[in-house]
Order: sequence, then C-alpha cells, then structure tokens
Amino acid sequence: MKNQNLIAAFGLAALLASSALSTGALAAQVPEGTTLAAEQVFKYRVLDNINALDPQIVEDVETSSVVRSLFEGLYNSGADGNPVPGVAESHTVNEDNTVYTFKIRDTAKWSNGDPVTAGDFVYAWQRAVDPATASNYAYFVGLVGVVNADDIVAGTKTPDQLGVKAIDDKTLEVTLSFSSPWFVRSLSHATLFPAPKAVVEQFGIEWTKPENIVGNGAYVLTENTPGERVVAKRNPNYWDNEHTVIEEVQWLTINDENQGLTRWRAGEVDQTDVPAGQYPALKAELPDNTYSVPQFCTYYFSVNMTDKQPNEGLKDVKVREALNLAIDRDVIVNGVLQGGQTPAFSFAHPLTAGYTMPEIPASTMTQADRDAKAVELMTEAGYGKDKPLTINYIYNTSEAHKKIATVVSQMWKEKLGVNMSLADMEFQTLLDTRHSKTYELARNAWCGDYNEASTFISLHDSKSEQNDQGYANADVDKWLAEAKLASDPNPLYAQVEQQVATDVAIMPIYFYAKVFMQSSNVKGWPFDDVEQNWYAKDMYKVAE
Amino acid sequence: MLADRRLIAAEGLAKGVAEPAKGRSLWMDAARRFRRNTAAFTSLIVLLTVVAFTLVGPFIARWSIETIDWSVVGSVLSKGMPSIETGHYFGTDEVGRDLYSRVIQGTQVSLMVGMVGSGIAVIVGTLYGATAGYFGGRIDSVMMRFVDILYSIPYMFILILLLIIFGRSFIMLFVGIGLISWLGMARVVRGQTMALKHREFVEAAIATGAKPAAVILRHIVPNLLGIVVVYATLLVPEMILLESFISFLGLGVQEPNTSLGALISEGAQTMQYGTIWQLAFPLFFFVVILFTFFFVGDGLRDALDPKDR
Amino acid sequence: MIAFILRRLAVAIPTLLVLIVISFILMKVAPGNPFAGEKSVPQAVLDNIFARYGLDKPAWQQLVEYVYNVVFRFDFGPSFQYRDRTVNDIIAQGFPVTFTYGAWAFLAASLIGIALGVVAAVKQNSWLDYLAVGFTIGAQVVPNFVMAPILVLVFTLWLGWLPGGGWNGGHWSNVVLPVIALATSYLANIARITRSSMLEVLNSNYIRTARAKGLPSHQVIIKHALRPALLPVISYLGPVFVGMVTGSVVIDLYFSTGGIGQAFVNSALNRDYSTILGITILLGALTITANLVVDILYAWIDPKIKL
Repeated sequence: MKNQNLIAAFGLAALLASSALSTGALAAQVPEGTTLAAEQVFKYRVLDNINALDPQIVEDVETSSVVRSLFEGLYNSGADGNPVPGVAESHTVNEDNTVYTFKIRDTAKWSNGDPVTAGDFVYAWQRAVDPATASNYAYFVGLVGVVNADDIVAGTKTPDQLGVKAIDDKTLEVTLSFSSPWFVRSLSHATLFPAPKAVVEQFGIEWTKPENIVGNGAYVLTENTPGERVVAKRNPNYWDNEHTVIEEVQWLTINDENQGLTRWRAGEVDQTDVPAGQYPALKAELPDNTYSVPQFCTYYFSVNMTDKQPNEGLKDVKVREALNLAIDRDVIVNGVLQGGQTPAFSFAHPLTAGYTMPEIPASTMTQADRDAKAVELMTEAGYGKDKPLTINYIYNTSEAHKKIATVVSQMWKEKLGVNMSLADMEFQTLLDTRHSKTYELARNAWCGDYNEASTFISLHDSKSEQNDQGYANADVDKWLAEAKLASDPNPLYAQVEQQVATDVAIMPIYFYAKVFMQSSNVKGWPFDDVEQNWYAKDMYKVAE
Repeated sequence: MLADRRLIAAEGLAKGVAEPAKGRSLWMDAARRFRRNTAAFTSLIVLLTVVAFTLVGPFIARWSIETIDWSVVGSVLSKGMPSIETGHYFGTDEVGRDLYSRVIQGTQVSLMVGMVGSGIAVIVGTLYGATAGYFGGRIDSVMMRFVDILYSIPYMFILILLLIIFGRSFIMLFVGIGLISWLGMARVVRGQTMALKHREFVEAAIATGAKPAAVILRHIVPNLLGIVVVYATLLVPEMILLESFISFLGLGVQEPNTSLGALISEGAQTMQYGTIWQLAFPLFFFVVILFTFFFVGDGLRDALDPKDR
Repeated sequence: MIAFILRRLAVAIPTLLVLIVISFILMKVAPGNPFAGEKSVPQAVLDNIFARYGLDKPAWQQLVEYVYNVVFRFDFGPSFQYRDRTVNDIIAQGFPVTFTYGAWAFLAASLIGIALGVVAAVKQNSWLDYLAVGFTIGAQVVPNFVMAPILVLVFTLWLGWLPGGGWNGGHWSNVVLPVIALATSYLANIARITRSSMLEVLNSNYIRTARAKGLPSHQVIIKHALRPALLPVISYLGPVFVGMVTGSVVIDLYFSTGGIGQAFVNSALNRDYSTILGITILLGALTITANLVVDILYAWIDPKIKL
C-alpha cells in the first residue's frame, strides 16, 4: 500500500512515431529444440489490487495487463513495442491518414464461441465515450482523434455519432478528426478493445465476474479475489490458441515489495520489483535474474508558479535556479535509488522516439561548479546561512519519496542553509493540494502516454490539465502550438525545454528505470518495449 | 477497544485500593512490597536507565538526527554499520543518517506518546468517571451510555481517517490517541467512586456542606490514586504499540522526526538485506520499554493489592 | 435478560447512526476525490462520473439516500474504486476471510493465553511463572509488522514448509502464518489477566477452605478456581475479538489474504466513500454485538450479576 502510487505509469498505447509495422502475428516464439517446463503457469506479482476488468473502464497498468490477456484489440503491441496484428488481420488507410479501414480475421472468436464482429468494436467504442459508462478513460478516444468523441463525452452529441462504423461484420471503418499516421499504435490500448454487447447488457456491472465474463483474448478469467489474486486459464476459442504455451496466468497481489522479493526467492512468484537501493546487491548475487530497463517516466519537483505561491523566496528565479543546481542528482541516482535511473535536467524522456534531448546548460557543469553557482545566486537573492530561506515541501507517503526528500533537504541545508520542512501526506491529499495550487514545492512524476515527445512537453502548456505548476509563458504556448503542425518539432521542443529550464518551473530529478527480478526459466518478456506491455501468450517457460 | 485491554488487570486490585487512605502507611507498605518484587523493581531500574539514556545520550552523539553522512550514502551495508570510529554507534539508516541519534529521539517520542496517552486518560478519565460515579442516577446513566457509544466505534479506523484527513502531526497523533485512551479509565474510576461514595469520610464531607466538585477533587480522587496509577502504567505500552502501528501505516510523525515505531517499520523493510542493525537497535529499545512497563505495572498492581501479601 | 438485550439494541441503533454520520462527514471534508489519479481527468469526464454515482447531489441528500438504502434495503451501494463490485460484494468476499483467521487466532490466543496464565498463577514466582509471562510478553511486544516478515522468511524461504501468502480458499497452510502473527499480539494480555485474576481467586477464602479440606490441587484449580477466575478474562475477550478483525490490516498487507482490513485501508486511501462507510458500519455492529455477547456470557457464568 505504501508505494501504491510510486509509479503512475498508465498503460496507454505505444503510439510510436516511427510507423514501421511488423508483419504477421506474434505468438510465443519457442526456438526449436527447447524443452518446455512441465508446468506452464506464469505468476506475476502486482503491487495493488486488480481493479475492474472492464476494457472500457480500466485505468491502471496492472489491471491493463490482465485485460490484455482476457481481451484483444485490433492490434497488439509486439516485443519491441511496435504494433502486430491482433483481431485485425490487416488495414488500409486513406491518403491523409484520416480514414482507417480494418479487416477483422474470420477466425477471431469470443470465449463463448461467437465470432468477433466489427459491431463489437463499434459497441465498445461508443460505450467508452458514453457519459452513462462514466469511464475515466473516456477522453482517450478523443485523444487519438476519433471524430466527435470529445463532444459525446461532454454530452453535446450522442454516442451513435462517434466516427466509427461497421461496413459489414468483418470490416470496421474509423474516421479521425485530424491526420494521424500512428493511429494504429493506439489500438493495443484497452479502451479500444471490443466488448460483448449481449453479456454487458445482461449482467450490468457484474459482467466481468468470472462466472459471467466473455472475452476474446488468449485467456479466460477463472478467479478474481481482490487483495489476493486473479487467475486466468488458456482460452481454447482464441484464434491463435495453437501457439499459446503458458497454460495459466496468476496475478498475485503482494503489497510489500520486500515480501514480494522473499516470495520470489521462495519460488512463489516469477517476477517481482526490486526494492529501492537493493539492485546492486541483487545484481551481484543473481546476475541472470536481476533486470533494470529504462522506464518512460520522469521524477521532478513542481514549483508553484502562480500568484498563490505562498513563499516569497520561491518567486525569485535566482532562488529557484540555486535550489535546482544544488540538487546532486548523482547522489540520488547512484547513492539512494541505485537501480539504473539516470539524472534529469530536462523533462522529456531521452528515449522518446524521434526526440533529441536538448543540452540544458546545467547538465554540462560539474556538481562543484553547480554548487558554487548556486551559492552565488542565493547570495545575490539575499539569502544565505545567516538569513536562511524556509521551504515547505510536500510528497506522498512512500519510502522512496521520503528518502529523496530527506536527501535533498540535507543538500540544500548544507550548501545553501535552506530549512526545508517535509510534509508527508497521503496521495489523494497531495493531488488535491497540487491542483489547488496552495503548495510551495511538491513531488511530481510523469509517465508518457504515448511514445512521442509531446506527451511530456505539452505539460508546459498553460492550458494543460496536468500543469501542476500553473506555469504560464506565452512563448511556450506559441511554440507548442507551432510544434503540432511542424514537420520536425524537435527545435521547438528544445526551445520549450530551454525556456522552462531558464524559468525553473520544475526541477527535474531523474528518469525512471523499471528494476525487477525474473525467474530464469521465463522467456519471451518484452525487454525492448519501454512501456513493458507484456502478453502471457507470447511467453513460455523452459525446463531447468 | 484498545483502551479496554488494561481495564481488567486494573480491576483486579479494585477492592484493595478502594480502602480509604490511612495516612502514609498504605503507600509505604506498597513501596516496600514493590521493592521486594525483584522483576518489577529491576524493571523500574531498567526503565529509569532508558529514560536517563535518552536524556544523557544526546551529549555523546556525534551526528544530529537529520544530518546525512555522505560518505555512507550508497554503501550503507559496508560503511553504515555500527562503529565507534565513525561516530555511528548504532550504525546509519538507509539514507546515511545516524541511527544512534534517531533511536534516542524515537525513544523520546514513543515514551512521550505513552505518557501523553495515559496522561489524558488520567485527567479526563478520572474526572469523567468520578463525576459519573459520584452523581449516579440519570447523570451516570447518560454519561456512561456515551462511553458505551464511543466504545462501539471502530477506533483504529476512525483514527486512520483522522490522520488521512487532517494530515499527520504530533498534535493529531496525541489527539487521536487521547480520544481512545480515557474510556477504560472512566469506567474503572466510576466503579470505584460508586463504592467510595458511601464511605463515612465522604459522607462526612458531604454533611459538612462541601460542594460536589470539592468532594470529588479532595476526597474521592485522592483515594483513587492507586488504581489510577496502575491503570496508567498499564496503558503506556498500549499507547506505544498503537503508535507503532500508526507509524507502520505511514501516518506517524513527520520527517525528520521519528519514533520507535517508524524506525522499526523502516528496519523491518531491510532486515533481509544484511543491515540488521536498522531493526535491532530500535526494536531492542521498544521491547525493553514495553517489557519494563508491563512488569512495573504488574508489580504496582501486586504491591497495592493487600490481599496478595 | 430479554429486556436487557432490547435495551442494548435500542442504544445500538442510534450509535450506528451516529457512526454513519461521523464517517460520512469525515469523508466529505477529506481532501481528494475518489476518481482522481496521477493524471488529471477532464472536467467533462469527471462530471459524468459524479453524476453516475449521485455525487452531484447535495451532501445531505446523499446522506439521507445512503442511510435509507442501508437501513431498508441492506444495500451499501456500489464501490467507487472497484467499478465491477458493490460494497456488499467486497464485504461478502473479505469478511469471511478475516473472520476465519480472526476466529482461529482468537481461539489460539485464548486457549494458550489462559493456559499459560493459569500455570503462571499456580506456580507464582517460580521460573515457570517468569517463563510463561516472559514468553507471552515477548510474543506480544514484537509488532505484527516485524513478526509477519520474519515468519515468512523462516517458514517459507528457509524451511519451505508453508506458503508465504495468499488465501487459497482458506486452505489450512495459508491460514497458519496469519493466525500466528495475529494471535501473538494478544497473548500477553490474556495470559496476564488470567494470571492476576487466578491469583486473586486462589487467595480467596473459599479456595483456601477447599484446600484445607484436603482436595487435590488440580481439582481445586479446575473445579473451583477456574470458573470465577475466567470472568475478567471473558470481558476482555470481547474487545480482543474485535481487535482481531481490525488488526487484520497488517495481516492482509503481508499475507495477501484479501481480508477486510486491506479493503478498508485501500478504500480510505482512495476515497472510496461507500466502501469505507460500509466497513465502518460493519465493524461498529460487530463491536456492539461482541460487547453484548460478553455481557450475556458474563451473566451466564456469574449468576450474581443481574442484567
């Protein structure tokens, strides 16, 4: 429970900017001569409870991993994060990338034997935006550009006006409101999965219970006990069932990550997260089981940039810059977290497809220079050890956040004489405080929704819902608007990042890494996908 | 419900203590008996030693509770172990802060939580219980029904809600614990008061025209001291345990302040990774404090219970 | 007796109502809303969600409707966090789990605690006494959240005897560790209450008389002393039972048992109003019932007490 919100990765689709499509469906790629394990059960540790298994309602990563097993969209995401055909065997698109036509494979079936039709998708997508469904992810359909989606969510149009229609049972046509070459990449997201109309209407909110649920994925739900586990077994009606190797998937809720590690060592789970700080020791002890891969998120401090900022000191850009420089990111990354995270001086993740991270001046200095400059700026601003600045920092309850807060507060205290008081609050309270802009300095983190730099950089827009800083800069807004139309938005993105760094609206700390243990007999994990969207049907266990 | 735990043990001596105070002799008798009880007396000495340590200990500390030893950060397992040389007598925590200073502070906070919890119980519980018992009848009935109602509330849950809503702070923690602690005391004291009310010395005081408040404060409360002291002693460990649970949930005191519960909870996180001192030192103090309070409480109970002679 | 029970029930109902109102107000003043996540949801979507759950109505109306549904339809409403579940579902799933390991832990703690308490009293001030008292206190003062991971390290990782978590429909092997972790937290209290009350009884005149008559010691203890000595223990067991259920928070977190404790903390952190209220009411009712049962038992054992 403590770390429930540590990683706010949301399982949105990989809208990769590159548009190369893999050909042929992916399945478990078992090399010839492999001896498979007798027991093909994959046990995956989840931090929190698995939520509602309704594709149109699901909103968290872990529940999405279950939904991906129980349902299948038009396209799946492959081992490298690129789309591979799912329910659709192919698609065509018009010249300006606004009308997509999907051909649904004849062999696609629901777990009750009914064929999967274009109508199931139309029903599901309309259901996603229907205000009566009240889905948190209703906006996703509009985000990827389906015509009228936003108006339907807002209640000014009716769901049947959504830009999606069934030409016949096996042909689906989608109309977009803007040109989108990477629309196909959003289709592996749960919101756009099909839904079985008859079952949903018969059982209402109870349709996702094990005894009622009908899916079209490689697995069928057999048990769902919140706080304990979710179990799914192989679906014999799945169109590619012959290539499925894993017979059963279990998602085991283990709230405490240390407990997860103990149970992983005891062989009770196949995969679990590494607790902060333990990666080097585990890597040394179990090099073949310990993994650290980049994760699509940035950890940063939000500075309240509005007039409501209660702290006069933080209104001075020199003070903000001094504080930013005095954060020794190497100590945080290599001393505290020790899990392969990388220091951050700008916001967008460096591995974002097609994005070149600009060189922020501070990033090229040595820490000694940064510290010296920080002291200089702080003195100029009129603060120092004899006239200390006091700052209130808010963060949400979690060991890792607490460690970072502690370390930064000491860095500032020792270098700049800043007194930082720490306020540990629980996550919902933090969200509320950040939104109401009554804070001085707050912990924050952002995970990319899709693999294009705007997923990060558009947060600097003064109108962005996610702009917790209340940062408003007319130039930045203008550059962001221009970037949407630019053939190469990179120079504009760089300008925005530089401007934000100059204004110090945020203090970026580090780029995430996902650090985990995995049993050595498990094969087929998508290490190359920055979003780690895994499919049990693509995996297998070898005999040891 | 938590507050109820010690109620029964205290009730055991109820009849004994209800004897009116016969000058000093009762207390001196009790003191003599307490001294003869090796376990209780030793516990008291140990407890006082711990208290003395929390007062004197900071003078030999080389690090403050919040200063980070940067040379340790990142290699706590190899460099953060207990050592006289580095000045980290108890080692360091996961971010390189001195555990010696932190354990001392944690012990102070935990003891304080225990003291404040039982302090509130003593003040509120005694006055409330004595008032209810003294007046009896309808007033008593209403007052005790109110206690019953409070007893029926799942406190742990309400406390969690309070800490979530109002944020965590020393004050909130004390308020939360204080809310719970006095109920049991009120019940015990009420029972005793009802027995005392009809003693000659109380009736004599009433006959001379003393006001109820004066009778309660001057004649009844002093005669309840025995049971109140015992009950309070037994309440302290409960409060400390309760605080540790709250800290475990992450709802305890704010950083950089700490408590034994918070330190133990952090130590338990890392115990399987070799930094066992992070659990061992705070747990040692925690266990010692609870053990000694239990034994001292039992010893007091035995000493003040004349039947047990 | 009947009149007593009726009188207590008459108090119980307003108590529960007060509890509902207090919890409801607490939830309403709490910052945060049940549908907020790390990523902000557009206002239009939030409005739809609020309308779906009736949260757009005035607070007093929500409260009245809630109380009406609980009282007349025994319907605690839908969960805000689990979109495919009602609060009734959550309670129906979590409570039996908690109740199962809670009841076993209760039984274990009572039997062992009383047995050790009696031994300690009979052999007062002997090494057996110190051992029994020391053992129970030692077991109790190690917090659950330290005990639980140690148990898993020992019994799951090192010895490989028992699973380190999960419930598995209540299979005995999944129940053992939670029961140990939970039972130990009350052992000392039970043993010490038994000991002190037993001592008192053993020193009373009628036991002295019985002994003087030459009755064998064990007979005196079992036949004459135990029953009266258990009285204070029983009144303590009510709160213990409730404590076992509320103490399930740590157990659920460490052993993934899926009980009501975790459901509560989860819903409190996520502002799942309806689930919090549901569980609070359930536990309030449980507390009241436990206290009532204790009082009745008390009267049954000690005929001197009139209800």
